[in-house]
Amino acid sequence: MEDFAQPIVNGILLGGLYAIIAIGMSTMFGIVKLVNLAHGDLMILGSFLSLSLGTWMGIGPLWTLLLVVPIMYFVGFFVQGFLLNRVLGKEMEPPLLVAFGVSIILQNLLLMIYTPDARSLMTDLAVKTIPITSYLNIPVIYLLDALIGVAVITILYLLFQRTYLGRAIRAASDDEVAARLMGVNTRNIYAKAMGIAMMSAGVAGVLVGMTFTFYPHTGPQYLIIAFGVVVIGGLGSMKGTLAGGLILALSQLLGAQIFGPGYQLFCGYVVLLIVLAVRPQGIFGTV
Amino acid sequence: MAEVLALRVFDLDAHYKDFQALWAVSLDVKKGEVVSIIGANGSGKSTLLNTISGLLTPTRGTIEFFGQEIGDLVPHKTVAEGISLVPEGRRVFTRLTVNENLVMGSYVPRSRPNKNKSLKDIHELFPVLKARQNQMADTLSGGEQQMLAIGRALMSEPKLILCDEISLGLAPMIIKDIYKRLMQINAEGLTIVLVEQDIRRSLKAANHAYVMLEGKVVLEGEPSSLTEDEVKKAYFGL
Repeated sequence: MEDFAQPIVNGILLGGLYAIIAIGMSTMFGIVKLVNLAHGDLMILGSFLSLSLGTWMGIGPLWTLLLVVPIMYFVGFFVQGFLLNRVLGKEMEPPLLVAFGVSIILQNLLLMIYTPDARSLMTDLAVKTIPITSYLNIPVIYLLDALIGVAVITILYLLFQRTYLGRAIRAASDDEVAARLMGVNTRNIYAKAMGIAMMSAGVAGVLVGMTFTFYPHTGPQYLIIAFGVVVIGGLGSMKGTLAGGLILALSQLLGAQIFGPGYQLFCGYVVLLIVLAVRPQGIFGTV
Repeated sequence: MAEVLALRVFDLDAHYKDFQALWAVSLDVKKGEVVSIIGANGSGKSTLLNTISGLLTPTRGTIEFFGQEIGDLVPHKTVAEGISLVPEGRRVFTRLTVNENLVMGSYVPRSRPNKNKSLKDIHELFPVLKARQNQMADTLSGGEQQMLAIGRALMSEPKLILCDEISLGLAPMIIKDIYKRLMQINAEGLTIVLVEQDIRRSLKAANHAYVMLEGKVVLEGEPSSLTEDEVKKAYFGL
């Protein structure tokens, strides 16, 4: 039992981080039926933004959130409003291709500016732990990831439930024509929704940058995590995203503990396949 | 007192791609009136309402709302001006609750401050919507959904409400009830345009009626002045 305490605690905490990585993608799929293949790269853009702002202004990564989050809103608003909205229509393929293009452009842009070197957002939190027992420590950075992840998802949930903007986003995803008849400028709403999704991706990017190393090409790796979370939890459901994050992270870390570190990713995908086989709509999914 | 024109449609053409759906349609709606537009399937009634509300842009002609040209406006602008459409097939937001649906109706900035009062009025008008306020809209019966669609359209405090086939697929008792409420709102001063296939009921409710056929207005007049024979001929194009 003692062997499993640490991976379980780490898995739960990492689940919060996985959830915040995925929430933006899940939201956009739920609203515009857009599979945002650039989600991971946009998130990593957030990491690099934080890196540059932190170095330039001499502030810690968490302080850079104050700038990264608003900048990412405008990045999202621009990507949706000026690129994706143009190809929005009945078919799914054109937006998919545009998102793929954005992904390639971003990766190479980051490569040009930052070189392919490994980076990380320096913080003292990364090495601190809270000792619980002789065999169990809570890594402070993981705890922070989980707390911020849960907080962001809660804020998003409240935004979607309680505000005109949130209701308009949900209404537009339910019936676009009816939403327009209520006075909703749906194109504008989609751009705002993407802006909000990218705010969450910006937070995720900073957290990932503080927790792990990142490169200009790390984006797709997190896109796959986001996919996993969304498939396990069910699309467009906030509860599902949290649950999906937990399950994916736990199965990865427990798998690594049981079969060895080489099996970490493998175990995550096995659970993903099991969910797909047993409940293809995801645990909390309806469609 | 001179009668005020709420809506004047003049010489209106509209197309779906290459297909012309409206041919030089003209129509006047006076403030406070109930105007019925009747016609068979595909006669252009819904197209006309969609063009007025801005879902479709006219290719020729003008639409004036209280003297102001609105032909080029998109839906979120026409709603802000005070035109509300109850769309064909109800189109309630199925994954929102009944109250959330109603609150969406007050989305335009003009009507947001009065949200709570409007909500109370709608609850009084359709008590069943109050009883079911926290239910998801897709759990409602067809008649209740239609009431919700009408209530939602009223939440924006419109000056003109356009109702597209509100009796379609509903039991006669429920249709009668819904019409009673509509007449009640009309008595309070709201101008109403009804589009129906149900000739008899909509003629009974209207101050003025238009019959459409193949995208054109083929007959108009006060319902009392139109004989059943005339209407039938115009309706079927005999």
